[in-house]
Amino acid sequence: MKSKINVTLKSSILDPQGTAVEHAIEALGYNGVGSVRIGKYIEVEFDSSDKSAVEAQTKELCEKLLTNTVIETYSFEVEE
Amino acid sequence: MKIGIIVFPGSNCDHDAEYAFKDVLGCDVKMIWHKSHDLEGADMIFLPGGFSYGDYLRSGSMASHSPVMKDVIEFANQGRPVMGVCNGFQVLTESHLLPGALLRNTHLKFACKMTTLRVETEKSIFTQNMNKGALLEIPIAHGEGNYYADVDVINALEDNGQVVFRYADSKGNITEDVNPNGSINNIAGIMNKKGNVLGMMPHPERAVAHELGSADGVHILKSLIEHGLEIVG
Repeated sequence: MKSKINVTLKSSILDPQGTAVEHAIEALGYNGVGSVRIGKYIEVEFDSSDKSAVEAQTKELCEKLLTNTVIETYSFEVEE
Repeated sequence: MKIGIIVFPGSNCDHDAEYAFKDVLGCDVKMIWHKSHDLEGADMIFLPGGFSYGDYLRSGSMASHSPVMKDVIEFANQGRPVMGVCNGFQVLTESHLLPGALLRNTHLKFACKMTTLRVETEKSIFTQNMNKGALLEIPIAHGEGNYYADVDVINALEDNGQVVFRYADSKGNITEDVNPNGSINNIAGIMNKKGNVLGMMPHPERAVAHELGSADGVHILKSLIEHGLEIVG
């Protein structure tokens, strides 16, 4: 099974990288583009075929290592 | 006084720290590889700057799970002195020995220059021989030094006197113009509540001789050597 994890900065945190990209999009001439936020995408493969165990482990990994919960939030889905 | 300098793969200020503690201050220095489980009888631990694990995932995150960090955390929890500079500060926040996090500099540029720091408290083992309000010239070199914590944490740090250094102008004023990275309240360095763990982005170990542009870093390192063991227990 595979966990597909999205990590983003909390909405309360300024994302200067996203802001720079937003300005670049405007410079390309695209109008009507709002805020841009940049995050990370992580895939983790598991040997287990027990979906709830994989979900629990993914959550634990997100809390312990993959994200810094002071500044980031995460969401994930488990693919069979 | 025996100083243990932790060396992670990607540390690059470890030898600057060794030079400062050994050659300038005459300490016994042990270089401790991150895979070690032996702090070699060190009286205090120094986490150096650099790019441990190439800053993979987040600065300091991989290093905070290095084998040696279990021992460093235990050492810190005993009230023994631990100081982290730059990437070392990032490792301390990722290890939860210090609150908050270091974000990307708001201007996105790597900032490498001399800064003026204002000493915010003389009630710390790191600033014993200085007066509150004293100004120190200490260089910075980082891309992610923008100190962040939520409002409650910042208020607690301020109320408890845990903010040790702030970026200031040459007259000691705290202004946005001299904030090199966007840090909340111009914070350059903080300590834990107990006062035995310090994290700071500027590099005192690179300011230990006039030939280097400043010798002000000596005040901090010397304070640590002379007073570092006063909290133990």
